[in-house]
Amino acid sequence: MTPFTTLRAVAAPMAEANIDTDQILPKQFLATTERSGLARGLFADQRFNPDGRENPDFVLNRAPFRGAQILIAGDNFGCGSSREHAPWALLDFGVRCIVAPSFAEIFYNNCINNGILPAIADPAICTELGAEADGGEFTVDLSSQTIVTPAGEQFGFTIEAGRKAKLLAGADDITLTLLRTDEIAAFERRRVVWL
Amino acid sequence: MSGRTLYDKIWEAHLVAVEDDGAALLYVDLHLVYEVMSPQAFAGLRAAGRRVRRPELTLAVCDHNTPTENQRAGVSAIADASARRQVETMLVNARDFGVEIFPMGDPRNGIVHVVGPEQGRTQPGMVIVCGDSHTSTHGAFGALAFGIGTSEVEHVLATQTLRARKAKNMLVQFHGAPPIGAGAKDMALALIGQIGSGGGAGHVIEYAGEAVRNLSMEGRLTLCNLTIENGARAGMVAPDEQTLAYLKGRPGAPKQGWVDASSFWRTLRSDADARWDTVVDVDCTTLAPLVTWGTNPEQVGPISAAIPDPASFADPVKQASARRALDYMGLTPGQKLEGLAIDRVFIGSCANGRIEDLRQAASIAKGRKVAPHVRAMVVPGSGQVRAQAEAEGLDRVFTAAGFEWREPGCSMCLGMNPDKALSGERVASTSNRNFEGRQGRGARTHLMSPAMAALAAIEGKLADLRRLGR
Ligand code: SF4
Repeated sequence: MTPFTTLRAVAAPMAEANIDTDQILPKQFLATTERSGLARGLFADQRFNPDGRENPDFVLNRAPFRGAQILIAGDNFGCGSSREHAPWALLDFGVRCIVAPSFAEIFYNNCINNGILPAIADPAICTELGAEADGGEFTVDLSSQTIVTPAGEQFGFTIEAGRKAKLLAGADDITLTLLRTDEIAAFERRRVVWL
Repeated sequence: MSGRTLYDKIWEAHLVAVEDDGAALLYVDLHLVYEVMSPQAFAGLRAAGRRVRRPELTLAVCDHNTPTENQRAGVSAIADASARRQVETMLVNARDFGVEIFPMGDPRNGIVHVVGPEQGRTQPGMVIVCGDSHTSTHGAFGALAFGIGTSEVEHVLATQTLRARKAKNMLVQFHGAPPIGAGAKDMALALIGQIGSGGGAGHVIEYAGEAVRNLSMEGRLTLCNLTIENGARAGMVAPDEQTLAYLKGRPGAPKQGWVDASSFWRTLRSDADARWDTVVDVDCTTLAPLVTWGTNPEQVGPISAAIPDPASFADPVKQASARRALDYMGLTPGQKLEGLAIDRVFIGSCANGRIEDLRQAASIAKGRKVAPHVRAMVVPGSGQVRAQAEAEGLDRVFTAAGFEWREPGCSMCLGMNPDKALSGERVASTSNRNFEGRQGRGARTHLMSPAMAALAAIEGKLADLRRLGR
């Protein structure tokens, strides 16, 4: 997994609450056996009109935000379906960081497992960041847990220490867990099974 | 020291190790997989030369994109090439990794959250995971059950454990008896309406109270199913005699070990002095049949209510989301829910696709006719549910009334198969999500109970079940 350290990129404001994974990646893109190539499905029902043409009103279709790698979102971002296809699509589009007052839990874990930083910030800070998302570049620094706006204002965000370490290292959970195979086997020997 | 909750106890009983970063390694007793969320996980195992650690603790089904007709023809019945490839890949992965599978068309196959309980695989005290958010359903048996992502699916396949962090404890007490016309679905929707779709965030919920005790296992499954819609990690109901009676004799239930197992299961409950981080009380005595009006399950109200004015919400974010929802749903503030003309009806899903749900819907449909402009579909949650319903003659009740009687699967709950609603169509649905585009791009979903959905089909519009005196 690609480690996350710092990111300098354009941020797109998406202030609504409860943006669900059905919106982030609609179900018509789930029938794949691959992790890649999902960018075209990202927010597809909003990015594209039914005739396939771009919806010029959607934020990610507006000039400065087309290349956004940061989203400034509302409460409970990523709620709904557990589809990891949602973070895969975000990643494929180029998004590496989402800032929101809160995230749905499965989505949050899925982000961490794909090297995307889900930064939690106060609602007031998110509003401020959204207002300053004018197409200029923000700087996100994970080790100091700070975001600097294009105008140079600095804000903090929270992330739990274990997940932070994992993102910084780009660590792979399966490899780590397999180091504990003996403990797993020991647990299995004392596990009660009814037949 | 204060006592422990049921969640605390199950958690502690499954701890393999605790990492320095605070993540627990939790042992998984049952891992359910299906065609959509697993191919990349098996591909990851293959690429790393890994095997499935405990294939016998893993069960695979095909449910999300299977068609609801002609399943006997096998994968050739799947018209869409990428959906077909997913189902074929599931079969190959199950074979290559030695995982048991109920393939499409197998009488035991069906929606993963219907199959686990009815096969007796879902048992009290277990840790159960699946790459699907509605895994919370299995909590109805007093199991800790929750959804995970595909990377985590791969982790569980490879290690039979999951890295997880302990959530907070929430007690939700449903007081009193719901009046006629209201049941498990209304209880679940009422809670979401009360605490909001993020209200359970960071918690595992235990559902308790008189109204929960009085629910059937089917009703408890519905209640736990909708847990994820309030944002909680999992929901559970402590096992009782009803739980044991439901399990006894099912294929996956203990046989010689039944006495030991059931006496252990009887001990699974929260201590009287357990410490709760959050307690929520829901009054069931004033419950009405509920219907969602928006694009999020918290946007819900009694059938007798009017569509609220977005301006009436104090929170500006809720205002904005109500405005957008009404626009999408083609509704205006002040409009009555009752009487709203509908185009489609979907009875099914892991929320309400079990035998009791079909019995309730059939009791409304019996001797009546679906309104001529409505297309109504009944999709049993599994092959077993379908067979049971046919044995009881429910299929004939439905078809005589003009409902389509389909083969099992997720179907129009998410429209990954050909069962989709068209843009602008208004759907009365027993599923659990009314998100934009969920049942088809531009489709307008109203969530409700099976009896309410059946009545909507007959009337051709949203109608109040209580007018029938039930
Ligand atoms: S029925 Fe619907 S909610 Fe349930 S597992 Fe299938 S798609 Fe998900």
